[in-house]
Amino acid sequence: MASIELRNIKKSFGAVNVIKGVDLEVKKGEFMVFVGPSGCGKSTLLRLISGLEDITSGEMLFDGKVVNSLTPSKRGIAMVFQSYALYPHMTVYENMAFGLKLDKGHSKDEIRRRVERAADMLQIRQYLDRLPKQLSGGQRQRVAIGRAITRDPKVFLFDEPLSNLDAALRVATRIEIAKLHEEMNDVTMIYVTHDQVEAMTLADRICVLRDGLVEQVGTPMELYERPDSIFVAGFIGSPKMNFLTKDKAAAHNCATLGIRGEHLTVSPDGIWEGTVIHTENLGADSYVYLDMGEEEPVVVRLDGASSYQSGSTVRVSPQAENIHRFDEAGKPIR
Amino acid sequence: MATDALAPLATANAPKAKSELMLQRARAARLFLIPMLVALAIVAGWPLLRSIYFSFTDATLNNLYGAEWIGFGNYLRWQVLESGTVRYRGVLADPDWWNAVWNTVRFAFWSVFWETILGMIVALVLNAEFKGRGIVRAAILIPWAIPTIVSARMWSWMLNDQFGIINDLGMKLGLLAAPVAWTASADTAMTAVLIVDIWKTTPFMALLILAGLQMIPRDIYEAAEIDGVHPVKQFFRITLPLVRPALMVAIIFRVLDALRIFDLIYVLTPNSSATKTMSVLAQENLFQFNNFAEGSTQSTLLFLMIAIFTVLYIWIGKVNFDGGDR
Repeated sequence: MASIELRNIKKSFGAVNVIKGVDLEVKKGEFMVFVGPSGCGKSTLLRLISGLEDITSGEMLFDGKVVNSLTPSKRGIAMVFQSYALYPHMTVYENMAFGLKLDKGHSKDEIRRRVERAADMLQIRQYLDRLPKQLSGGQRQRVAIGRAITRDPKVFLFDEPLSNLDAALRVATRIEIAKLHEEMNDVTMIYVTHDQVEAMTLADRICVLRDGLVEQVGTPMELYERPDSIFVAGFIGSPKMNFLTKDKAAAHNCATLGIRGEHLTVSPDGIWEGTVIHTENLGADSYVYLDMGEEEPVVVRLDGASSYQSGSTVRVSPQAENIHRFDEAGKPIR
Repeated sequence: MATDALAPLATANAPKAKSELMLQRARAARLFLIPMLVALAIVAGWPLLRSIYFSFTDATLNNLYGAEWIGFGNYLRWQVLESGTVRYRGVLADPDWWNAVWNTVRFAFWSVFWETILGMIVALVLNAEFKGRGIVRAAILIPWAIPTIVSARMWSWMLNDQFGIINDLGMKLGLLAAPVAWTASADTAMTAVLIVDIWKTTPFMALLILAGLQMIPRDIYEAAEIDGVHPVKQFFRITLPLVRPALMVAIIFRVLDALRIFDLIYVLTPNSSATKTMSVLAQENLFQFNNFAEGSTQSTLLFLMIAIFTVLYIWIGKVNFDGGDR
């Protein structure tokens, strides 16, 4: 229920500048994902929004009001931690009710109602009497999310909530978070992850961070189709976008030519030639790694299974409408 | 705790037949425990059994081996006088003994009480991040590292009524009207002993609590901040319950130590009935007054009291020695 505005936010730890001036607007009820490689400052930025860290300079506004010096609880936020951060000596119920109990003005019945509503949403009602150590990782994370829901927050913060879960559980919990966003569509959510798949699947808008600066903000498809820099182009999408240099780029009047694996077509009259290094068959599709004299192998994504002998030569062509051209500074030429 | 170490093995084995590997592990565990058990039997078990034995005899220092069995006489015996009154004798009827028991209990309670509170405060400070924390952590251990005899002497000079710095400071600051004979006066002797013991053992307590505090994950404090939990409430609702297992172990260590206190009192306040503890009384009887049997009786009673207290404490307090209940 809150819009968040960051105005030239900076954060330094001693002499180290972690956030170097971030301007960003998160709209009411939006699901914003911060994504970037490790060390880019995305978790720090989230902690600045939460109020767990002090802002070195700049202004943070919630609904137009400066909240720089407000404590986390006064900002009306709830946060889900990577490590769950459940109170180990309290039952699931106590964990979820703790904040409300201490915050005067909630009757026992109201607390129970709110905890049970959150527990029903996450299907953890049967665990309310258990201690966190008696739960599995996925259940614990759901309790942590439940604790956040119980607080009835204006802003919901997630700090890499899925990274401690195994692959299958990660997908299941990801879907639950997406459902949660639909149910609580008036709550602003900010979600930090290093996994661009999570970013693509969950976000209304993605904010790509790099070295403490915003690289690009946009919807997932905007970032995928119109990256504002080589960095974003390489970071969003899996497998990574292929970058070709030298004469192959020069032929298209650019310093670097970017083309995604799914936009390469194998054909006998392809304009580029490469040697097969390795083939990965994933069932529905397959990745063929080609050596084209670039620093990194070029990945071609094909539908269905494929069987190319390592060492054999393959010719490929880029789909003209999906070529990304970048200048020497890494900026797109459009 | 020897049995504790083997217990999980035993329960893990219970449902199915013991595998070769499990048997091998149990054998190895026993093998590793034997040297410790032998050493304990020699240095603790045998002397203990000997003093229990002597407590049932009429042993004296010059006739240890010719001692004769007299049963419970050293503990309690009675005589019916011609007038019909019954006279009780023995340690359990000895007012000096009960004075020592009371002194010991008083000393143990107050010293551990203050050490726990001060130790907790010191541990909380040392657990916080600040510059030079490593040096402070090392420095705070100094009182604990000084041998008791040395620190007791040091303090007895500082507490001296004529030349001591404490009286001097107290007078100059106007806190004392006249010099106080801290260690010699019956009113202040126990306080003096308590001050020195608290000074000396708070670092140990702090260290044990600090170890417990460091087991608490930091992130739950952040969760508490998000929940809007006041720092004081964070301490009582989160820190204290989570450090409790470590605290309980630290307290029992200190109580056992305090119940046996000897050296500090022996050096600081010799021959003061206001501070004489069970150990001091037993030592006097054993080696100074040639009442070897009576001293043995007192030692045995002290051992029994400590044993009963420990069992009750572990049982009632649900103390867990394997590092907490998380």
